[in-house]
Amino acid sequence: MSVDTEVRPGRHAAVPPGSSGTLMRRTGDWARRAPLMPALVFMIIVTQLPFVVTIIASFMNWNAYYPDERGFAGIDNFRRVLTDVNTRHAIWVTILLTAGVVLISLLLGLAIALLLDRRFRGRGAVRTMMITPFLVVPVAAALLWKHALYNPEYGLFNGVLKWIFGDNAPQPDWISNQPLWSVIFALVWQWTPFMMLILLAGLQSRPLDVIEAAGIDGASKWDIFRYMTLPHLRQYLELSALLGSIYVVQNFDAVFTITSGGLGTANLPYTIYQTFYTAHDYGRASAAGVIVVIGTIVIATFALRSVSTLFKEEGR
Amino acid sequence: MTGQVMMVTGKRNRGGGWALSGLAWVVGLLFVLPVLWMVLTSFHAETDAAKNPPDLAAPLTLDGFRSFFDSGPWPSIANSLTASILSTVLVILLAFPAAYALSIKPVKKWTDVMFFFLSTKMLPVVAGLLPIYLFAQFAGLLDNIWLLIVLYTSMNLPIAVWMLRSFLAEVPVEILEAASVDGAGLTRTLRSVVAPVVTPGIASAALICFIFSWNELLFARVLTGTVAQTAPVFLTGFVTSQGLFLAKVCAASLVVSLPVLIAGFAAQDKLVQGLSLGAVK
Repeated sequence: MSVDTEVRPGRHAAVPPGSSGTLMRRTGDWARRAPLMPALVFMIIVTQLPFVVTIIASFMNWNAYYPDERGFAGIDNFRRVLTDVNTRHAIWVTILLTAGVVLISLLLGLAIALLLDRRFRGRGAVRTMMITPFLVVPVAAALLWKHALYNPEYGLFNGVLKWIFGDNAPQPDWISNQPLWSVIFALVWQWTPFMMLILLAGLQSRPLDVIEAAGIDGASKWDIFRYMTLPHLRQYLELSALLGSIYVVQNFDAVFTITSGGLGTANLPYTIYQTFYTAHDYGRASAAGVIVVIGTIVIATFALRSVSTLFKEEGR
Repeated sequence: MTGQVMMVTGKRNRGGGWALSGLAWVVGLLFVLPVLWMVLTSFHAETDAAKNPPDLAAPLTLDGFRSFFDSGPWPSIANSLTASILSTVLVILLAFPAAYALSIKPVKKWTDVMFFFLSTKMLPVVAGLLPIYLFAQFAGLLDNIWLLIVLYTSMNLPIAVWMLRSFLAEVPVEILEAASVDGAGLTRTLRSVVAPVVTPGIASAALICFIFSWNELLFARVLTGTVAQTAPVFLTGFVTSQGLFLAKVCAASLVVSLPVLIAGFAAQDKLVQGLSLGAVK
């Protein structure tokens, strides 16, 4: 991680790098560090230790149903996970689900943020309506989509079709026909507000005097958007995409609720949950977990870089 | 600032803007429609809720709510409240001193520490599930609400540290220096200089932590059973329900979402800042 350790001027009276700290300075350092310690130690114990155990377990034969066969397995678990058709499919589903949800909700969120960046009657009301999907408890939202909207017999979607086309209207079974899209659509509904909120904050932090000046100088609306708004929004777009990815990669609630992982919609978190919770194959679940972590680290590397840009600007 | 933005953009869009405004209204209504539908359905009788095409004029009733409350959701709601509130309190107690150490008088390499906190958010929850389950089994903590409280604290602590640090960083150095020149001690500086600036920050961090704890499902589902079951776990009882329970399902979803909906509406602006870890203002 290439993070600059430079500190904001005026705030930091600590030892300049290279000089040897005197006893007094050292006590000062400890006084500074003390308030940080409880949180730091707590986080290391609760988040890092379990992960170390996961890594160890991923190299072991460990199934609760066969306690006698417990032992070192080498890379067997990884081999089994990566050659298993179901797991490979789950990896693919995870990628599709994450990319689909993040891209669609990002584009929708951008369009809606632009709409809401204007002044109009009821702007506050529309904003509140937009935020609502994000405030419904995820399991409840998934239940709502599964039973009240998608249901082929009494769901709202097919009800609307009957309203429009009469009694002979097509009555598709949405979840069975398009299981993955059903999950993606429900998640897009939940995540678009998140993207919209961050992008709206980005839009409202634009330097307006410059934009006004550009307008006076004859720049078209499209030019202003393309050459001023979009570059300004870049870091906000990155931030929302990456934070969105981190949350959606881990999605469990929607897959669990809407399809129960059936119909080819099991993503990695759901597969791991099953391997561990139903099959009790601890070694294999751990190996899959390690693979998810590696995948997330790839995303996270980009995420950290983008966040650190914001960080540096703030720290200036 | 916001007022100024609205004025300027308003001027720019005076001509022909009504179509875009209309579009904004349509989009907003489309997004809120599923929730409105949930509310309406929850007030219908089961037979009316299951009609196709839907009967909007069906008489309203509280039967859905009655049958939901008859199914005994209170212990799980109480568990959710306990876990969310206590973990939020713990988070703030741990995060505030940490954020202080990372901003007002920053420790060396404070950025590294900040990124350590953030990186823990990027560890997928599933990867830690097994060891935590095994530990809980070993320590006899399965189906114990305190285990969830500790886990939710670790889940939300990084977010709170990031948010609070960004708030504390707004305290002007000059004021702090002035306070120190005037001979104010740490306690006094914290109370009369830092606290007024940070109180809204603490409130919004607490709100976000509450929402995330309230919503959490995976840990709660794996680590609790009958005693410590939370409200989202209670909701999963409806996952496979078929047939004539639509009004009850909608009533249940609405009741469980209500605390978050109220909290979220009350603090829309803070929500953005919290969700983006305080990076966006």
